[in-house]
Amino acid sequence: MASLDNASAAPNAWFKLDGDVLHLGGRWTIQESPRLDTELRTLKPEGSGAITIDASKIERLDSAGAWLLLRTRRGFETGGRKITNFTLPDLYLPLMENIEQGKGPLAEPPRQGGVRKRLERIGRATVHAGQQGYRMLGYLGRVTVETIEAFASPKNNLRVAALIHQVEETGINALPIVGLLAFLIGVVLAYQGADQLKRFGAEIFTINLLGVGILREIGGLITAIIVAGRSGSAFTAQIGTMRVNEEIDAMQTIGLNTVDVLVLPRIIGLVIALPLLTFYSDIMGLIGGAVMCYFQLGITIPVFMRQLNDAITVNTFMVGLIKAPVFAFVISLVGCYEGFQVERNAASVGLLTTRAVVESVFLVIVLDAAFSVMFSVLGI
Amino acid sequence: MAEDKKPLDKKDPVIKVRGLVNAFGDKVIHDHVDLDVYRGEVLGVVGGSGAGKSVLLRTIIGLNKPREGEIEVFGKKTAFAESSRMRALEMRWGVLFQDGALFSAQTVAENIQVPLREYTSMSEPLMNEIAAMKLALVGLPPDTALKYPSELSGGMRKRAGLARALALDPELLFLDEPTSGLDPISANQFDELIKQLQKSLGLTVFMVTHDLDSLRAVCDRIAVLVNKKITTGTIAELRKNPDPWIQDYFSGVRGRAALATAS
Repeated sequence: MASLDNASAAPNAWFKLDGDVLHLGGRWTIQESPRLDTELRTLKPEGSGAITIDASKIERLDSAGAWLLLRTRRGFETGGRKITNFTLPDLYLPLMENIEQGKGPLAEPPRQGGVRKRLERIGRATVHAGQQGYRMLGYLGRVTVETIEAFASPKNNLRVAALIHQVEETGINALPIVGLLAFLIGVVLAYQGADQLKRFGAEIFTINLLGVGILREIGGLITAIIVAGRSGSAFTAQIGTMRVNEEIDAMQTIGLNTVDVLVLPRIIGLVIALPLLTFYSDIMGLIGGAVMCYFQLGITIPVFMRQLNDAITVNTFMVGLIKAPVFAFVISLVGCYEGFQVERNAASVGLLTTRAVVESVFLVIVLDAAFSVMFSVLGI
Repeated sequence: MAEDKKPLDKKDPVIKVRGLVNAFGDKVIHDHVDLDVYRGEVLGVVGGSGAGKSVLLRTIIGLNKPREGEIEVFGKKTAFAESSRMRALEMRWGVLFQDGALFSAQTVAENIQVPLREYTSMSEPLMNEIAAMKLALVGLPPDTALKYPSELSGGMRKRAGLARALALDPELLFLDEPTSGLDPISANQFDELIKQLQKSLGLTVFMVTHDLDSLRAVCDRIAVLVNKKITTGTIAELRKNPDPWIQDYFSGVRGRAALATAS
């Protein structure tokens, strides 16, 4: 491997303290500096009286070498020894002067750690989480008002082309991945269910498990999580990048309402797309389960259909589907909100995209739990 | 590597470009271009927007693969070079990108120390000293060291980027529009800084610029990219060039104003 350290050039840099004269010579360059540094640190300005520094034999000097030279000289000076004579080849005098204007060493960065610091961080994070919730609520209010206004006068405020584009982007383009994953989930669920239920001789109830499980919970949940990862993150990244490029500022100065232009098409688009995706995912999950039942349990498709018909009602299906628009709203709201929080640097886009996905997946699961409680209270 | 560090010699090209062709799709940017940059000189590269100034720079430092042609830096080919050979070259040059291109997750001091960590075995205290020294060299206050790039102004970011470019004491410095986006006073200071560093460190500088004042103040020779070709010369020589674009550039209103102050 190429390394500056190995590229040693003869003659090497050297120095020698000879009575009251410090002789220096060779190539005082960055390659030599790690070695010179350690050696020079052992050089103590012992004794008193004047000292002469003779650097006239230096053959090459770069800024790292010049710094070491200067540091050594200052070391003698602060050690109480006067420098009476300092010789250096004329060629390097401007460089030396340049370096001399520099200040002392770096200020030490403040140390992290300690119980106090940790407590402080916990406190900071708690306050931040509270503020985040408060601001998100404010944002929810603003978006709600703007949505109502948009529907009140759709001609001015509703961007139909952008909305259709979002439905395509978040809905149609997500079909392959959602379909594949739902199918596999159906396969896994059927396999595990059949394995357990076989012990009771109740293999046929695998179909009940599949029907209720997929339609009520898993179909909608898995779709929402995929979409949060796929589209929620995209919303944050798109809007965030626009903020970095000052596009959002430009829009405002032109008089465009950023909520109308950027947020509403994404929210309404996803609210339309996610229930459709959920329906599709339900069907794919059931197909996956049916395939598995056929191969694992020998249950033919007509039997599967009959048993499924007995197991579920329209309500089972509707309960799963009704949650989808709510999930969609939360995912897109969080995605857009975090996008607008991006600061004007590239690192912040990544940070907030991650945060948007974590928050929307968290909220989706919390909401799903809330729905379960609500439905059980209502007896659905 | 040691034998390359000969004393200043005007006729010793550090960068040698021969028959360079760059094209994106059907659009030819450079059409068999030749260029020499000699040791110890400051070469300014000018040209209209989209004339391929930055592409030329990127091609020389190996970020862009040319379609045809040969490029030698320190007598070693950069186009199509294998990575180990590029690494050896990369230690000997420093590049300042347009907006500094500082690593945003690191402080300014850490940014300067990245090349030091990568290529040398310096101790931590020495690295801190070197970082502080480089900052002073480019005219930044010591407290900049612990700041993050996002906390700096555009001019400070450029200076910090220059400090990082100078970290390994390179012999060759590439600057991509070093004064663009700076106010005239900062731009002048930056020109002065480059001139001063070039003199005291004995640098060879390849500078892409739009700034006529920089050209006048800093550059020994100028390469004009026009009609996919390069014309080189001093300002006086170029003003005599009959090419309409070059005439416009150096004898237009801005050109005259900038050059008038020279005399």
